[in-house]
Amino acid sequence: MERNAAIVKKPVGVKRKTARYKEFAWEKSIAVLGSISIVILALIFLFLVKDGIPLFRHVGVAEFLFGDTWRPISEPPVFGILPLIAGSIVVTLAAAAMSVPMGVGCAIYIAEIADPRAKEFLKVVVELIAGIPSVVLGFIGVLTLAPFVQEIFDLPTGLTAFTGAVVLAFMAVPTIATISEDAIYSVPREYREASLAMGATRWQTIYKVIIPASSSGILAASLLGVGRVIGETMVVMMVCGNAPVIPNTIFQPVRTMTATIAAEMGETVHGGDHYMALFAVGLALFAISFAINAAASGAARRRGAGA
Amino acid sequence: MSAKSSERAAFLALRICGCAVAAPILLILGLLIVKGAPALSAEFLLSAPRMGLKEGGIFPAIVGTVILVALAISVALPLGVACAVYLNEYAGDSRLTRLIRLSIVNLAGVPSVVFGLFGLGLFVLFLKFGVSILSGSLTLAFLILPVVITASEEALSSVPKSFSEASLALGATKMQTILRVVLPNALPGMLTGAILGVSRAAGETAPILFTVAAFYLPRLPSSIFDQAMALPYHLYIVSTQVPGASETVKYGTALVLVSLAFGLNLVAIIARNRIRKQRKW
Repeated sequence: MERNAAIVKKPVGVKRKTARYKEFAWEKSIAVLGSISIVILALIFLFLVKDGIPLFRHVGVAEFLFGDTWRPISEPPVFGILPLIAGSIVVTLAAAAMSVPMGVGCAIYIAEIADPRAKEFLKVVVELIAGIPSVVLGFIGVLTLAPFVQEIFDLPTGLTAFTGAVVLAFMAVPTIATISEDAIYSVPREYREASLAMGATRWQTIYKVIIPASSSGILAASLLGVGRVIGETMVVMMVCGNAPVIPNTIFQPVRTMTATIAAEMGETVHGGDHYMALFAVGLALFAISFAINAAASGAARRRGAGA
Repeated sequence: MSAKSSERAAFLALRICGCAVAAPILLILGLLIVKGAPALSAEFLLSAPRMGLKEGGIFPAIVGTVILVALAISVALPLGVACAVYLNEYAGDSRLTRLIRLSIVNLAGVPSVVFGLFGLGLFVLFLKFGVSILSGSLTLAFLILPVVITASEEALSSVPKSFSEASLALGATKMQTILRVVLPNALPGMLTGAILGVSRAAGETAPILFTVAAFYLPRLPSSIFDQAMALPYHLYIVSTQVPGASETVKYGTALVLVSLAFGLNLVAIIARNRIRKQRKW
């Protein structure tokens, strides 16, 4: 009743006008806030460039990318990130080799085989793994896995690329498993039924029909898992042994790009060469994560077209 | 090998995959509880570290993490919800929308240590906030933004179209419809997203390394321009940088951090499943 009275008192046109202004202001501010992620991404790129690119006034790009020595605090300093790239690649490939089969296998098990209770349980487990802070996994890796690896392979230290890769493989499983699972679910039911009706066993159906039909989704999942591994910092810093040299075997300490930034930024002079070099490493990481995302969404799009 | 027996072998292998994923997490949790639980006392939770971090409690680190995370989510949630409202209610399939979606995906893929560099470059040095709670929580807010946006969007799109159509048909404007019909119905889902964001922010170490984290502070921070201790950073320090730190301190810190992150995650998972089941529409 009171509301109606208020409307009668005010001339209708004025109220409608303010309402329209309000609506307009609301819509515009939502649109501006909606674009915030573009702004943030642009800012990240901008600041990496601003603090990283000036390094190349003193250091050649080729020397930086392909130099095999990283000695940032010797005199004169040497900034070759090849050992760091090698470290990242070794750890990432080893982790992917373990986590892609595990993650995809886990996804197939959840989607096609497990009974409802096992399925619920595993889904919760996968979400919990995704929720463990990486520093905790690093901590556990240092205290339990590293001594184990040292003993089994009879090494001088347990902090090696392999140890890190095992922990990272575990961390990447949730990403790979959940996205692969979605891809498997999106395979039309008719495919499955047709195959079973032709007399194929469930396993034949899985590996001859379902896996091929969801392969691009599984590829996208694996790529995103790899992206997760390359970008991980704390685990590799704590578990991989932190030696910035190109490794001969997987059982040597390595230092990745991410770990180098995290470990060394604290000691740098802001604006100095070392500082800029670490930003340049960050820029390289940024570019890598961009490329992986592009590849993953390319793979996912192919699924849309193919199926 | 017959089709049947190869099926049996394959299923066994897949089951082993499932177990191999589940077993380590159960072992890790068991280890943390067995070794960490004895450390949990009122004194451990409520006192400051002593003897160069080798003994004593973790109170300043808990307080620091709570402050950082609270500030981060209070920045990220409004931004994320606004972004989700725009994507879900206003934007059609325009070039801008596609660009926004692309940038959200890419933002989610940026390594966390790169967020740390960005926070150092923008907040600490360029805006001169210094190594402070403000710099750290803003960095964390940007880091969790994709999580919040994605969850909010899912929540918004689960509200049936007929709800907003009914509201619009009654003469409500679009703004009124969103504020009074769509958002209240999407609220539980958005809170789930917020909890996931909080849990993520609480566990991140790399973004706070150069933006806020302090090795050891005898007093609690008094303003947002102070440094702060934080649980994940503290765990990193005591487990790798402080030789001779006692087992209780290490496992106790790890257990508190994991309980915080897991507790929040579990709440979010349960809440989400309950919402999904309750939905009658």
